Amino acid sequence: MRQTNRLADGGRIDRSKPLTFSFNGRQYTGYEGDSLSSALIANGVNVIGRSFKYGRPRGIVAAGADEPNAIVQLGATEATQVPNVRATQQPLFDGLVSQPTSGWPSLKFDLLGFSGQVFGRALPPGFYYKTFMFPQTAWKFYEKHIRKAAGLGRSPTEPDVDEYDHLNQHTDVLVVGAGPAGLSAALTAARSGAHVILADEQAEMGGSLLSSRSRINGAEASQWVADTLQELAGMDNVLLLPNATVNGYHDHNFLTIHERRTDHLGDRAPENQTRQRMHRVRADWVVLATGAHERPLVYANNDLPGCMLASAVSTYIRRYAVIPGHSLVAMTTNDAGYQAAFDWQDAGRKVVALVDTRQAPTGDCVEEARRRGIRLLTGHAVIEAKGSTRVSAARVAPLSEDGQHLTGPAEKLACDTIASSGGWSPAVHLSCHTGGRPVWNDDVIGFVPGETLQRQSIAGAIAGTFDLAGCLEQGTQQGAEAARQAGYEAKPAALPTVEEPATGNAMALFCIPHEQRISRAPKQFVDFQNDVTAAAIELATREGFESIEHVKRYTALGFGTDQGKLGNINGMAIAAKSMNKTIAETGTTIFRPNYTPVTFGAIAGRHCDALFDPERHTAMHDWHVRHGALFENVGQWKRPWYYPKPGETMQQSLDRECLATRNGVGILDASTLGKIDIQGKDAREFIGRVYTNAWAKLAVGKCRYGLMCGEDGMVFDDGVTSCLGENHFLMTTTTGGAAHVLEWLELYHQTEWPELEVYMNTVTDHWATMTIAGPDSRKLLAELTDDIDLDKDSFKFMDWRQGTVAGVPARVFRISFTGELSYEINVPANYGLHVWEALFEKGERYNLTPYGTETMHILRAEKGFIIAGQDTDGSMHPYDLGLDWAVKEDKPYSFIGKRGMKREDCLRQDRKQLVGLKTKDPSIVLPEGAQAVDDPKQPVPMTMLGHVTSSYYSANLGRSIAMGVIRGGHQRSGDTVYYPLSDGRVVEAEITSTLFLDPKGERQNV
Amino acid sequence: MFRIYCPYCGELREEEEFHPKGPAHLARPADPDNCTDEQWGDFLYFRDNPRGLHNELWVHALGCRKFFNVTRDTQTYLIKGSYRLGESPDQARTSGDQA
Repeated sequence: MRQTNRLADGGRIDRSKPLTFSFNGRQYTGYEGDSLSSALIANGVNVIGRSFKYGRPRGIVAAGADEPNAIVQLGATEATQVPNVRATQQPLFDGLVSQPTSGWPSLKFDLLGFSGQVFGRALPPGFYYKTFMFPQTAWKFYEKHIRKAAGLGRSPTEPDVDEYDHLNQHTDVLVVGAGPAGLSAALTAARSGAHVILADEQAEMGGSLLSSRSRINGAEASQWVADTLQELAGMDNVLLLPNATVNGYHDHNFLTIHERRTDHLGDRAPENQTRQRMHRVRADWVVLATGAHERPLVYANNDLPGCMLASAVSTYIRRYAVIPGHSLVAMTTNDAGYQAAFDWQDAGRKVVALVDTRQAPTGDCVEEARRRGIRLLTGHAVIEAKGSTRVSAARVAPLSEDGQHLTGPAEKLACDTIASSGGWSPAVHLSCHTGGRPVWNDDVIGFVPGETLQRQSIAGAIAGTFDLAGCLEQGTQQGAEAARQAGYEAKPAALPTVEEPATGNAMALFCIPHEQRISRAPKQFVDFQNDVTAAAIELATREGFESIEHVKRYTALGFGTDQGKLGNINGMAIAAKSMNKTIAETGTTIFRPNYTPVTFGAIAGRHCDALFDPERHTAMHDWHVRHGALFENVGQWKRPWYYPKPGETMQQSLDRECLATRNGVGILDASTLGKIDIQGKDAREFIGRVYTNAWAKLAVGKCRYGLMCGEDGMVFDDGVTSCLGENHFLMTTTTGGAAHVLEWLELYHQTEWPELEVYMNTVTDHWATMTIAGPDSRKLLAELTDDIDLDKDSFKFMDWRQGTVAGVPARVFRISFTGELSYEINVPANYGLHVWEALFEKGERYNLTPYGTETMHILRAEKGFIIAGQDTDGSMHPYDLGLDWAVKEDKPYSFIGKRGMKREDCLRQDRKQLVGLKTKDPSIVLPEGAQAVDDPKQPVPMTMLGHVTSSYYSANLGRSIAMGVIRGGHQRSGDTVYYPLSDGRVVEAEITSTLFLDPKGERQNV
Repeated sequence: MFRIYCPYCGELREEEEFHPKGPAHLARPADPDNCTDEQWGDFLYFRDNPRGLHNELWVHALGCRKFFNVTRDTQTYLIKGSYRLGESPDQARTSGDQA
């Protein structure tokens, strides 16, 4: 394929390195140094996509982050798909595969394009709201097609094969943007010795200088760029980050930089290299030198392929040596627009006319245009583009001095490209992220950053400084200031000499008038990606949307992936004019992170798969794995859920584990329970204040169950606390609540009761805990210890003993969460596996059976023991749970929760209270969360009484059991309630005690 | 993301190390049992939501585990400084403590 639009010489591409790529299934060639968009232009590819709403053909408009149309899908394989890449920002590499993301079903013939022409007027602003909201159920249907039509690309269906990473950094000075201002700022700061990061979103640093006609120090500007970069690269205190977009400016000078490290090299990152990196930078001082975006002018049919930004035309010609057409009409409100015409002419193609909206422009550029013999039409504008899939002509008409109406008939000029420049909008985005409000500046004809509270300054075009000499000077000044702010001494440096044309005043003009009024004229596009027209914005203001933020949301102005970089200011100007306000009065919408889209890969970094979140394993974890356990996540812990044997269903495994424990002996890895060591002379008093029950008399060697409530009186954790010594306690918490409980204890100690001498620390990981439960547990333990007297009268229920188990120093607690005779053996974690295996060695003759969390839940439910967080939900106090015995109201100190649970609402008799539930049909297991009603035949919405909190099939009882809350349930024992289920069944259940098994508690007292 | 000064560690550290714990100087009533429901409700649920400087309680959760107060502007998110429990907001600082 010949590159028909490639210039014979010039540009910053390497003609000795041809690259092959494909777009929309066709093969093309380009050169190293091309962007995907310049390579497409070189090959004469006009139509890159179709527009969202109207399906109109769209071509390349810009050359950078502001590109609204050339949004492509990249990827040669399914796993390397990347949606929504701006072709203007994607460096070309050999083998690049790209697809248009819009243009369903095909670029050439587009159903939506047809519908847009026919129904265009029937798609007013707010059309999503007006059209697709009702009926709500249909949204699922619409959404699929809207997304497909919206050019949003698609995500890969296979995992990304590349690696991404994060880098946390501190720097003295971060300079954002490597144009003339950024480069001179970085150079000045770096020469002072300050550590400098210079980040630029483009593959090559230099910004506008890479395509500038101005000269620095008597040579091409690009030479100064090369010299400056060479000096910076040689400094140890400088980090140059090309291909790196500063996307977010967060509080306290924290910025995120999205660096595309190898996206320019291939479909996949080379071996041992990451694809992208997210830099998280804390900068002492930030210099924003982000430049400006050129504004296109708004005229009829200005979205036709061939309508481009003037500066983009220059960039393509001078930097990439491609020319986007054969004959050009350039329209401008300012001198910068002239460069496109000069570059075009220098490339040997025809400039049909240079159309200047100013009546009598002056300045070097105007003189040069005359000298070059270019047809210069002053006081004129392009009012309309003609053509079907490419510009074929421009209609040009004379303008009034204020640019608000036409003063004569239009002339039709044949051409295939229309370049327009409406001036430059400072790229204020990053300055807004921490709340800065941009302010309108009439001299700049744009918004410039307002006051900032960050340690930050601005330099160059972002500050409204558009001349090169000014950018270099400001950059140098702000670089020196940044170094000083960071504690370095910056020496004044001589400024480079600059040759650039003297410029005249620009004209503030945004929307070009047409013979017909806005609402009747051919479409004048403001936001290309969302098909927002001048007429739509006018209509929005007529419909009463006066706030620019509302206009934005109603019309979708600035909603696309370009986030309004191209069209926002034009849109605000049109809104302001339509409301007879100034732009300053109307104001601007606020930009938020991110500046350009960021891949999920870069956000995730290394935090995926095994590194997504830490996993906590107990000392016996490998044993569980070897013995086929399935695991349950509890917080970050992996807990054995149950241990299926070959061929068993889950229920069969649970039945086996439950029966073996109640009839012989079972063992549970309970290491994950939170353990907090509490010491100090006031430890006992402290525990008495945070638990609801009594602790004053708990003797050394004894254990007690405790309930922990918030100040509102609601239960949030529970566990057994043991008295290890007069001033020494070991508190256990739920597995998931351990960290929160420790922080809670510290909060009260440090803020409310600093006078108490008490110290606490987590010892959860220090101990391996194994619970043996069942009638044979004493016999089993006896085989492994000879220094603990296990006699039932000397080592009683709720006692603990220090001794040796399997040769290891151990604390053995005779406590029970199953209602069986049970011992909790705690050994230092490093010995956990040894003791566990020793128990199994001796346990063989007792058929020692490992059980997991699911069996633990069933066994405790058979006894009506609650699980905080499952049977409680932050709205239940101890009385609701029937745990009156665990509240000691006459303790001298008003413990946490006491006052809360005495509030009027907490004393109601009809509160939801925890009860047992037995289904009439013993084989039906109620679903947890099912809602109880008294009368299942009542009309919907029914009066609900409460929900099921725990529900299981109990093999020991040969029936299902459940716990749940019922309004006034404690007074309703024996009543029948009904559970209407989502599948239409209604389950009948009787309210019972929560003690389903061994109500007298005899089994644990043997 | 904030940088927060821990007045016990004597260092400015990343926000990720800290947990916010609500407004500072929120004392538990001395005699809860003699509070009316309304008084207790105020203590439990009602908080000021000032626009501007706000004293708030933070804990250096992934550091020294100490609680301390931070004076922060709720509008600008700028932090004036931190001070230890028992100190007053005018002692808020961002440096000077020995760990």
